[in-house]
Amino acid sequence: MNTNCSDITQNYYRVDKLPHIWCPGCGHGTLVNTVVRAIDKLGLNKDEVVIVSGIGCSSRAPGYLDFNTLHTTHGRALAFATGIKHANPKLHVIVIMGDGDSSAIGGNHLIHAARRNIDITTIVFNNNIYGMTGGQYSPTTPYGDFATTAPYGNIDKPFDLCNLAKGAGATYVGRGTAYHAPLMQKLIENGLQNKGFSFIEGISLCPTYYGRKNKKGDVVNMHNFLKDNCVDKKVVDKVPEKGENKIIIGELYKEPKPEYTESYKVIIDKFQE
Amino acid sequence: MSSEKGYKLLQGNEACVEGALAAGMKFFAGYPITPSTEVMELSAQKLPQYGGKFIQMEDEIASMAAIIGASLTGLKSMTATSGPGFSLKQENFGYAVMSEVPCVVVNVQRGGPSTGLPTSPAQGEIMQAKWGTHGDHPVIALTPGSVQETYEMTIEAFNLAEKYRTPVIMLMDETIGHMREKLIFKDPSDIKIENRKKPNCKPEEYLAYKADEDMIPPMANFGEGYRYHVTGLTHDETGFPTNNNEISGELIKRLSNKVNNNIDDIAYYEEYKLEDAEIVVIAFGGVSRSAKSAIDEMRSQGMKIGLFRPITIWPFLETQINSVADKAKEIYVAEMNLGQYFYEVDRVAGKKCPVKKINKVNGELITPKEIIDAVKGGK
Repeated sequence: MNTNCSDITQNYYRVDKLPHIWCPGCGHGTLVNTVVRAIDKLGLNKDEVVIVSGIGCSSRAPGYLDFNTLHTTHGRALAFATGIKHANPKLHVIVIMGDGDSSAIGGNHLIHAARRNIDITTIVFNNNIYGMTGGQYSPTTPYGDFATTAPYGNIDKPFDLCNLAKGAGATYVGRGTAYHAPLMQKLIENGLQNKGFSFIEGISLCPTYYGRKNKKGDVVNMHNFLKDNCVDKKVVDKVPEKGENKIIIGELYKEPKPEYTESYKVIIDKFQE
Repeated sequence: MSSEKGYKLLQGNEACVEGALAAGMKFFAGYPITPSTEVMELSAQKLPQYGGKFIQMEDEIASMAAIIGASLTGLKSMTATSGPGFSLKQENFGYAVMSEVPCVVVNVQRGGPSTGLPTSPAQGEIMQAKWGTHGDHPVIALTPGSVQETYEMTIEAFNLAEKYRTPVIMLMDETIGHMREKLIFKDPSDIKIENRKKPNCKPEEYLAYKADEDMIPPMANFGEGYRYHVTGLTHDETGFPTNNNEISGELIKRLSNKVNNNIDDIAYYEEYKLEDAEIVVIAFGGVSRSAKSAIDEMRSQGMKIGLFRPITIWPFLETQINSVADKAKEIYVAEMNLGQYFYEVDRVAGKKCPVKKINKVNGELITPKEIIDAVKGGK
């Protein structure tokens, strides 16, 4: 395990690809770092880690990381990842997607990957907006908020991505934020250790589009919002009223079920000639 | 490897699976759609018996994505679909072209457009096979004309995919997919198997998209110690995105040339009674069966007529069609569409002799009589 920041960078980043493309104040860099630190903490072999993404700001992450990396088509990261994991279950498959990527164009793949309980760790960098295309509303943009395609306020109702994943069959669900980086790292570690479909939402922030359009103040203000409005599930479990009108973070759901590639191996073992 | 021996009475769709297994298929992802579904069902049954993997995905888009992922992880992979499903696969098909991932895509054609005629034969995706995804790109597509040939050409489809690092289309039609004929299995020792070229450099020296002189880059599989980046974006030799105009243009040209400069290696076709033929019928897939019957009939009446049957439908057999046109006085292109392959033939042969269309799009086969009537009527 590397605790030193520069060791982490040297060991896990493709340093020649830095600096990254994300805007100043974007939460994605912090979230990527929590992914890397979780991998480091668990001591995973770099050759056995595959990181897959779709399209969008979040999905440029794998390019900076020194693993087997795959930047796929919009929304389809989980379908590519399913092929990889099913083909070689020894690999640790991590999928990084954005909110639109995972729940709009890729929503169907998300619910079916969760339903199969295939051992993939999915991390959604949710910044509540389409950043790369310039600030259109996404399935997680809050009701009433503004976006370039919601100039009069958004009337779409937002998804709770964690509830969606849980309802579809994910066996590990957690939510962290770019502000709560140590928690985020821990959730990813737990997700990587869960033998099944793990879903971790990382609330990110997009000061350039979402923040500016919705007068959320500067980056410090946006971080302070996360700090003041998030409550850990462990706290809410003890004192429910502390969770009222707050964003619940932490480990939200954990329930082991048979994993897809292990179930398929039983078939191969039984029927292989 | 498939352990089937001897012979069996099988459908074209089943023969396709047997060929795939003989070629080393170890992964199939798909979504059921008529008339291709038997390819999927038999794959589900047989793959685990050979230590392979099958998965029924949530849709055709996901199936195409999954076989790309599996191929990058080292397994020879295939998906099968029909009409609307083929449309859905197109974006990720383009991804496989751009990222040079070998795989086989079976399209058992049905009537279209849209949901069209699900249980009827058609040959409406000749042009979609070539230009279905966006951008300029190469395509290898094979159109078998019998159950035996479906088996043999599926083996070849895998070989071409591995050799040229590209998706290969098995462009069948419902007639061939659902027809039952005797299939004679090849002895495994008689089957030539191509495998993707592997890097022989150290992992830290590996440039994932640096092509050799043959225009094909060696390919490492995920998990083998060569950590590299794969993207659908225009990329340089390292595999990372680039906006450099020169590099971008060279990449797209290389992708095209690695296929189009090797047409002789990819060209499969049959010439039937063509030696002294003055009239040539060009037909492929199910229609070629009617064409042969029509030609036999007209030969018995003393007409000098023969068949040129493309098996490789893409890349276009320009040299072969050219030499057919050199000798022919008249060419008929018979196909179950309104004239898709015709225009390619006409482009090459049209200045040398008249090229005429015989078409049908009502979900029925073109009969031998219709070919005879068209040829005699055209005189």
